Amino acid sequence: MTDVTITVNGREMKGSVEDRTLLVQFLRENLGLTGTHVGCDTSQCGACVVHVDGKAVKSCTMLAVQASGSSVTTIEGLANGQELHPVQAAFREHHGLQCGYCTPGMIMTAVDMIERHGSSLDEETVREELDGNICRCTGYHNIVKAILAAAGASQAPAMAAE
Amino acid sequence: MYETSYHRPSSLAEATQLAAEKGDEAKYLSGGMTLIPTMKQRLAAPEALIDLRHVGELKGISVNGRSIRIGGGTTHAEVATNEEIKSVCPGFAALAGLIGDPAVRHMGTVGGSVANFDPAADYPAALLALGGTIHTDKREIPADEFFQGLFETALDEGEIVTAVSFDAPDQCAYEKFRNPASRYAMCGVFVAKRADGVKVGVTGAGASGAFRWSDGEQALSGNFAPEAVDGLTVPEGDMVSDIHGSSAYRANLVKVVTKRAVKKAHSH
Repeated sequence: MTDVTITVNGREMKGSVEDRTLLVQFLRENLGLTGTHVGCDTSQCGACVVHVDGKAVKSCTMLAVQASGSSVTTIEGLANGQELHPVQAAFREHHGLQCGYCTPGMIMTAVDMIERHGSSLDEETVREELDGNICRCTGYHNIVKAILAAAGASQAPAMAAE
Repeated sequence: MYETSYHRPSSLAEATQLAAEKGDEAKYLSGGMTLIPTMKQRLAAPEALIDLRHVGELKGISVNGRSIRIGGGTTHAEVATNEEIKSVCPGFAALAGLIGDPAVRHMGTVGGSVANFDPAADYPAALLALGGTIHTDKREIPADEFFQGLFETALDEGEIVTAVSFDAPDQCAYEKFRNPASRYAMCGVFVAKRADGVKVGVTGAGASGAFRWSDGEQALSGNFAPEAVDGLTVPEGDMVSDIHGSSAYRANLVKVVTKRAVKKAHSH
């Protein structure tokens, strides 16, 4: 067993884990943060995407011990109290989900994508960058719409400040 | 996943010392994008994992003129978005942007990919075509000598890929024909043109991993145009044959994908 310290959604969390424990297991089973899902468990579907030190990664393909000392953001860390994060709000507005299983990973991927591309995101880039996230309900169309809408919305405060 | 023990060295010296202590039961862990899935499937069960992500000597990209050196611990995302590489050798940056998906590119590293030498890995095709050099904690190895066969490289036990380096060619491009499900290269071709000729590196198709297509090189050195390879035949016997495509299909892909790569090189 190894002691790990991971800042999760801004709070320092400590735990004692077997070295083979996956980050997603630590989040779900040790911390009870079950918003991060396990879909395929083979790093293909993206249901488990979280941010580690600000970058989207697949938490089923990283050990908890590897993340010790890092900052992790999960889907639970996005909303500001009752106020949804703009990407979450856009997914609701544009019906970017049906069963919801892939949604946490989709949203974490989308937030990362928008941080990297900002309002220059176009449909082709969104579709290309959803390569590692699988949705079996929506046909992706409304997910793409939601991400594009949120990319525009995210830019609004910056433009207002100019 | 079987039990394992995790170690986090902060220097090359510490990493190699750990590897020497643990012997062949240890494996280096870089981005883990191949190793961790393999361990989850119980196809690998190293007793010790030596995490190289915190080794400072493996970090960083340096571009001097047309000479590029990329630390082994550099992620695919860092290569794909590096402005200097994009300006001097756009074909190489574009290749890195085609590996896996964005989350995989945030973790996977150049050194890990090169050391693993998966038969469908993308970098080996580029390093062969660019006449690149693989740097380790002990020596420098030309790409032609480094990549030896299926998952087989010139690396000794415990040796670490610290960097790769190459000079940017006059023109280059990478074209990848992906398996529609796995997204791995069924055939990926990197072409590089210099004053003294053209080199062609092929991945995904060869039964012994990435290789240089010498007939294609000769034809393209005379005329760097897609149609230059029209009359050539790629030997089927050297190709992978599996449920995704026969060896004849892959042999034909080598030619088709090379033509597309040449076309792309003219547009970079």
